[in-house]
Amino acid sequence: MDRTEILHLSAVELGRAIRAGKTTAVEAMEAVLAQIEKTDELYNCYVTVARDKALAKAKEVQLKIDTGELTGPLAGVPVAIKDNMCTEGLLTTCSSKILENFVPTFSAEAVLRLEKAGAVVIGKTNMDEFAMGSTTETSAYGVTKNPRNPEHVPGGSSGGSAAAVAAEECYFALGSDTGGSIRQPASYCGVVGMKPTYGTVSRYGLIAYGSSLDQIGPLTKTVEDCAVVLEAISSHDKKDSTSVERKDTDFSSALVKDVKGMRIGIPRDYFGEGLDSEVRDKVLAAAELLRSNGAVVEEFDLSLVEYAIPTYYTIAAAEASSNLERFDGIKYGYRAKDAEGLHQMYKKTRSRGFGPEVKRRIMLGSFVLSSGYYDAYYLKALRVKAMIKKAFDDAFAKYDCILGPVAPTTAPELGKSLADPIKMYLGDIYTISVNLAGLPGISVPCGTDSKGLPIGLQLIGDCFREKKLIQTAYTYEQCAKEGK
Amino acid sequence: MAKEYETVIGLEVHVELATKTKIFCGCSTAFGGRPNSHTCPVCTGMPGSLPVLNKKVLEHAVAVGLATNCEITRYCKFDRKNYFYPDNPQNYQISQLYLPICRNGYVEIETKEGSKKVGIHEIHMEEDAGKLIHDEWEDCTLVDYNRSGVPLIEIVSEPDMRSAEEVIAYLEKLRLIIQYLGASDCKLQEGSMRADVNLSVRPVGEKEFGTRTEMKNLNSFRSIAAAIEGEKNRQIDLLESGEAVIQETRRWDDAKETSYAMRSKEDAQDYRYFPDPDLVPVSISEEFLEEIKSRQPEFRTEKMKRYKEEFDIPDYDIDIITGTKHMADIFEETVALGAQPKKVSNWLMGETLRILKEKELDPEDVRFSPEHLAKLIALTESKAINSTVAKEVFEVMFEEDVDPEKYVEEKGLKTVSDEGALRKTVEEVIAANPQSVEDYRGGKEKAIGFLVGQTMKAMKGKADPASVNQILKELL
Amino acid sequence: MANIIDDETIEYVGILAKLELSDEEREAAKKDMGRMLDYIDKLNELDTSAVEPMSHVFPVQNVFREDVVTNGDESDKTLQNAPEEKDNMFVVPRTFDKE
Repeated sequence: MDRTEILHLSAVELGRAIRAGKTTAVEAMEAVLAQIEKTDELYNCYVTVARDKALAKAKEVQLKIDTGELTGPLAGVPVAIKDNMCTEGLLTTCSSKILENFVPTFSAEAVLRLEKAGAVVIGKTNMDEFAMGSTTETSAYGVTKNPRNPEHVPGGSSGGSAAAVAAEECYFALGSDTGGSIRQPASYCGVVGMKPTYGTVSRYGLIAYGSSLDQIGPLTKTVEDCAVVLEAISSHDKKDSTSVERKDTDFSSALVKDVKGMRIGIPRDYFGEGLDSEVRDKVLAAAELLRSNGAVVEEFDLSLVEYAIPTYYTIAAAEASSNLERFDGIKYGYRAKDAEGLHQMYKKTRSRGFGPEVKRRIMLGSFVLSSGYYDAYYLKALRVKAMIKKAFDDAFAKYDCILGPVAPTTAPELGKSLADPIKMYLGDIYTISVNLAGLPGISVPCGTDSKGLPIGLQLIGDCFREKKLIQTAYTYEQCAKEGK
Repeated sequence: MAKEYETVIGLEVHVELATKTKIFCGCSTAFGGRPNSHTCPVCTGMPGSLPVLNKKVLEHAVAVGLATNCEITRYCKFDRKNYFYPDNPQNYQISQLYLPICRNGYVEIETKEGSKKVGIHEIHMEEDAGKLIHDEWEDCTLVDYNRSGVPLIEIVSEPDMRSAEEVIAYLEKLRLIIQYLGASDCKLQEGSMRADVNLSVRPVGEKEFGTRTEMKNLNSFRSIAAAIEGEKNRQIDLLESGEAVIQETRRWDDAKETSYAMRSKEDAQDYRYFPDPDLVPVSISEEFLEEIKSRQPEFRTEKMKRYKEEFDIPDYDIDIITGTKHMADIFEETVALGAQPKKVSNWLMGETLRILKEKELDPEDVRFSPEHLAKLIALTESKAINSTVAKEVFEVMFEEDVDPEKYVEEKGLKTVSDEGALRKTVEEVIAANPQSVEDYRGGKEKAIGFLVGQTMKAMKGKADPASVNQILKELL
Repeated sequence: MANIIDDETIEYVGILAKLELSDEEREAAKKDMGRMLDYIDKLNELDTSAVEPMSHVFPVQNVFREDVVTNGDESDKTLQNAPEEKDNMFVVPRTFDKE
């Protein structure tokens, strides 16, 4: 197989080709490294490319494939990891200056699971600083550009991961999703992205933003890859108290092209003001395709949608303000050298080490938790969260999946979003409540707008019902490919 | 004449729990070791690390709560207490504010005014901080996280105490209960029990509390008593001169016997507590409670009563022996091995207390095993060694916990029971000391003492003095 | 804007969060925080008096470790990323305690 052919394979196809002896883990790695060489100067998907380590590891893995020690679907497949997951011996920055020189001494559990499955880490992908942003423009290491149109953002915060998959600079990637950070960039870059049920993938080694909302998930070329990768990274991890023990993580068993009788609800509240008409039309067309293939599709009122964003920003900012206290210049990372005394050292280190969006959320979070405001803001938000969860419970009593857009628009142009934070936050309106309620959600490409920018279809499932999502998404993907 | 004032005191007592590992990670809690040798990503706040609760911590906390008559919170949570300080690696401490594990308890204390109840407001679980060491040479501070994450319970009393005497009685009582439970060794000097004193004063008869201060860094009963006296007087002086007491945290300086305010613009004292999203709630079942209850030991009062019934030893001995769980354990285990209670009590009350006092040690520091004490007693009972030798062996046993049987054997300290050899030595002593023999025969009874001494010396102490005495009398 | 954030509040939050803002940043922060709080105030439209605050989405509880030592001497790893180190310890500016 030639390099271009190899590059175009999906992760599962590559794994199959390697096992069949049609190519090798090393050839595949060389192919993505060459692609990175060629295109990453423009796209800037990666913060760190571990070229030598990746090649050495690919050789090692190929040997294990040859001896029959590694037989799984991901053996020998190159993967990119979002730079907020710890990788032992490999720079991990969270795209922040404050971790400019941080080399973890252990790897995130999700990364270990992939390595065990034989996947080979290429490097670390760019992101919004500490996962705070929707465009990958808040990174301290330059913006990432959308490979579908480099004048546009790739989305965020897992923008580097989504763009790397879209640019064929990896076969699949891991991202993290706190308020839509996997699904929205997947939608903008035209790839598949999934946020699993909270607790399905261990958070051990994921550098926390909003601990009660964060989940790691896959960004892939196909729904099949998504199911296979999710199956590999799911685990009950004793090191993560919030990890859930579940027996139904054989997600690839749901790769069945059949939606007959699948009950799909379309929330009217997701199709109101602010939704781009091209996005609306493509998403509704996708719903129609599912209906014509046997799904039972109907509209309903989800309610409380407009309260999700203020609830989310209160909770996420509060948790972030506490989670990010550990970055103080003492144990690791950047430290201001010119400070007089301890408190100046803290302040100078943190003020220079964090970018404006991170500081904005830390300040907001510290304020809503401070004396006299805790009840009015933080507890209030936790109560609304309970109401939002209840609204989803009611919906899932009637439907297997909820269908809607991922984002109100396609990818905005570079440099147009950060000036107005609240407007930017509004872009998260369809993804955020999924995190608040701990639900699984998947983004699947469903066409492009008139400018050729990808549009994503979002499917939301009840807790632990990833299989329904995968089955519906897979059916849609296959039907759309066949044009029926 | 100046007004009469009443002192109102409440205590926050931190107790380090006797677990093998830290509260949220598998690092050892052992003392010593080079700096940062008992650390991992969790207890040093590395990015991406997550805490998991040590079950033993919960068991100890519930046991202390039950023993202090608390209500156990059946659904409790951990909260983060946010403040920046280098000994606190995450810059938040995992503690409990909203739903602490125990509430509304009390202990009964005895003072010369009689007995009274001191209320316990709450007990919560939390993690300890690391250690800061000042480097005078380079004018900087060094941080060692070996203690970071060591489990603590904080016992918060009601403001029910009125004097240093009551405070000490309360602390002694807590210490006794917790030691009996095996939940901690409660050593003030080593920091495994620490007390912060909240104190205010008010004119006698006044119903409202005065403004209180919190005093930290109290490492002994003596400094607690001194700090209470000093702070009481400082507040009364302020009020008498028409000034107000400021609510603040003060640090006690043991060397100077005075306190100073710990104030800083940078310490806002606004801890922004919120439930820790990395930890899940703890729900306590009836079975768990029953299990902990069933493991509750016999406490001191019951033990004293039982000793009185079971053992023929003086009340005074019972009082001292049950004064610490460790002594009582040694006593009971030694008796269980067959030693006579009175003999065991004598060793504990006599030699043990003497050496402890001489070396300025606490009863908890006793390291010899009950097996060895029982053997020593058996050796003396069988007259295999005499009491002088026994005391020598005991000293070595106290230091190194040697097996007395082996030690006596190795050092050849056994009493010579060969009557022939003894008789021969006595004959030699008689021959060598004609003057004393003369004196004895002349009616000086005391002279025989000298001859016994000479024989013992010749036998290198390994003879039974009574037998020597008997043979001498026989030969003279 | 219903929520007016004054200099004092920003200063106070800066002390809590250990952030020091330039004049320009401070003005922006006052404006941003005020707007965010206005936005968050939207939650007051909802009557939540009968709703319990929900911190965990799932009823997962009682996750424990056994009290068994699993970690050895990892001080090299602990100190590996230290900006400044001495005698196997982290070096920080002299702590605040004044005599």
